[in-house]
Amino acid sequence: MIAPADEGELAALVAAADGPVRVRGGGSHGIGGPGAPLSLARLSGITLYEPGALTMVARAGTPLAEVEAALAAEGQYLPWEPPDPRALSGATGAPTIGGVFATNASGPRRVAAGAARDFLLGVRIVDGHGAVVKNGGRVMKNVTGMDLTRLMAGAHGTLGILTEVSFKVLPRPGAVRTLALPGLDAAQAVAVMARALGSPHGVTGTAFLPGEGETLLRLEGPEAALPARADKLAALIGPLAEAACDWAAIRDARALAGAGDIWRLSLTPTASPGVVARLPDGARWFLDRGGGRLWVAVAPGSDLRAALGPIPGHATRITGAGPGRFHPEPPGVAALTRALREKFDPRGLFNPGMFD
Amino acid sequence: MDLPAPDPDILARKAQVAARLRQALPGARVIDDPGELRAYECDALTARTCAPMLVVLPRSTAEVAAAMAVCHAQSVPVVPRGAGTSLAGGALPTADSVVIGLGAMTRVLETDLDNRFIRVEAGRTNLSVTQAIEGQGFFYAPDPSSQLACAIGGNIAMNSGGAHCLKYGVTVNNLLGVTLVLATGEVVEIGGPWMDAPGIDLLPVVCGSEGQLGIVTEAVLRIVPRPEGARPVLIAFDSAEAAGATVSAIIRAGLVPVAIEYMDRPCIRACEAHAHAGYPDCEAMLIIEVEGPEPEIAAQIAAIRAIAQAHDPAEFREACDEDEAARIWLGRKAAFGAMGRINDYICLDGVIPVSALPQVLARTAQLAAEYRLEVANVFHAGDGNLHPLILFDANDPDELRRAEALGADILRLCVGAGGCLTGEHGVGIEKRDLMEVQFAPADLEAQMRVKDVFDPGWKLNPAKVFPLHLSAARRGAA
Repeated sequence: MIAPADEGELAALVAAADGPVRVRGGGSHGIGGPGAPLSLARLSGITLYEPGALTMVARAGTPLAEVEAALAAEGQYLPWEPPDPRALSGATGAPTIGGVFATNASGPRRVAAGAARDFLLGVRIVDGHGAVVKNGGRVMKNVTGMDLTRLMAGAHGTLGILTEVSFKVLPRPGAVRTLALPGLDAAQAVAVMARALGSPHGVTGTAFLPGEGETLLRLEGPEAALPARADKLAALIGPLAEAACDWAAIRDARALAGAGDIWRLSLTPTASPGVVARLPDGARWFLDRGGGRLWVAVAPGSDLRAALGPIPGHATRITGAGPGRFHPEPPGVAALTRALREKFDPRGLFNPGMFD
Repeated sequence: MDLPAPDPDILARKAQVAARLRQALPGARVIDDPGELRAYECDALTARTCAPMLVVLPRSTAEVAAAMAVCHAQSVPVVPRGAGTSLAGGALPTADSVVIGLGAMTRVLETDLDNRFIRVEAGRTNLSVTQAIEGQGFFYAPDPSSQLACAIGGNIAMNSGGAHCLKYGVTVNNLLGVTLVLATGEVVEIGGPWMDAPGIDLLPVVCGSEGQLGIVTEAVLRIVPRPEGARPVLIAFDSAEAAGATVSAIIRAGLVPVAIEYMDRPCIRACEAHAHAGYPDCEAMLIIEVEGPEPEIAAQIAAIRAIAQAHDPAEFREACDEDEAARIWLGRKAAFGAMGRINDYICLDGVIPVSALPQVLARTAQLAAEYRLEVANVFHAGDGNLHPLILFDANDPDELRRAEALGADILRLCVGAGGCLTGEHGVGIEKRDLMEVQFAPADLEAQMRVKDVFDPGWKLNPAKVFPLHLSAARRGAA
């Protein structure tokens, strides 16, 4: 595998490339098309961390674990709760900070804190011409010119290879509490979660696990503040029981590992019970983000999108073979994203076929 | 800040273009009277004026699309306009352009509290979005100072911020979807009332694109529950360094207030003379607002007080009731008006890393002395977004020249400190010619490629954002 030592070497490699490359952070998603594997493992290291300014700059190949450890040492964290894709992908490589942003990977706290892309402040990329391009910066507010920074979040490396990212971090909340409500169906659970998320009580996670029949609400904040907030939430919703919950397992959809082909749907939250009702027989599923995220496992080889028909949102195939990992874009949007890829990568070097 | 010479061929076709617009948009207002057109000759950057050739005020997305299609067929430049409150000249017309104004598109199209979004037409004012939902306990978070007047479409075009974005983020963080009319008149729906795009997300590049990529006519906005309470404190200091160090220490301690606003002595004095808010006469002052249920507010303020005490404050004033809270904010909210009362001013919008605050403020004062001008500082300290106000006499051409040169030097200082030219006002025409201070040629080339995709003819909002000498070939080819 090719592994350039620095950004300059990567740019030269891209400029001289005569065929597609498969860009690889840590390889934890196990996705990518044909092409010579190109690893960013050597573009590694935190280059700047200012806890007092809530900002960090790191090279794209820096392991996520290294970033999280450095933040934890200062009582800070990545608020969007980046998942660990290995539980589902079965891949062995360790997630990198560049991969987190390239896939715009966020967890249950997305509903309260925002997505990975909301925290991305600046990037350096090597584009398909082999040019080094920088955009954004390390400051928290920046509207200088076109926002290519957040355009890279979710682009899966097809517009350029991330070499360095700067991002905002936040203080880690002092305490976590999970409250559970048993015995609801999907529609009732979504209604409860909507009420919780529409309240000012600081709910940062909401999930419905149909197997256990449990609706889970997460509160985070200063230790001293949580009992009062829990009481107010109960007054709003009804009796709530304290529960133990591994939110990392919900974040990574671990309960569905090995249960078939995994699909992840992003939906208008209150539409999710209707979509659940149309799932194929034998499908296993659960809801995250107040119903805004539906995780589904179906029999290998089945095309869930075709089975469901139109949905208010989109569906991504996370594991399993078949065409079209990503939901087809509306024609007008598809024409724009295709044209952007041709502009930034005119030779079609970066992860060709990723969005086909 | 030059504008390209108007195209005489287009000017000669004014009557024809007006007729085509009236034909395509029966019932919508098309303005061609020179006197009426003067109302559109500038935005809030009043130092630059240029009346457009025509103005059209569509009443729906379909009418915007029809107007764009006419302009496209006639090869006429289009300048999108929200409420015309841009401080950067983002809506400054060229003499051969058609202004498409959103003033007649102000409806709320859908309110969905369970899914926490509101869908509005882009001409609706920022504050009236919140007014539509506040009775149900929700609000729209971005709150630019001009929120009473500015339009959501303009907020999206400039990715506007506000005092409260330290906690809630700027426009891009509160935007779920847009209806975008492209230069050809094609209508594209991007995003919607769900979270995130499947792959490439066009929303963040449309947001903040300053009308370069299309006209946003409708928007799906995230709304958030209103906190149970909020309270400001006022802390006075004898030095800028002590105020800056307090800001950094508060953030370092794990507190994230909703807003941390900073004012220096010249600004405090001007605000006090204007608004009589009862501010202390001190070198530097912070207004810090925290929110939540009452016990959490009290705990946060106690923590802030302890941190501030370590930096020897001249005064620590906590609002005890609504009235006192309003008085603490009164002067700050009146700051720009207060400064305008005593002088003409240029309002800058540079951003710096919070850690660079003391040395950037010190250097700004030095530069002001060198240019023989006074600078008042009022800014969002929590995120390093500075608003130095350069005071000058607009009737004195030499003072104007010195003020503009000082402004450019202060922005260079911000970039040199690791920051940027603009944090929330946008580039527009005002900072266009400074873009090369922050960006290398390859950086700007990549940004212009995005415009090539959305607006291959380079007809939308001409002469903004990109230095003219860099875009010449593209504009010439178009």
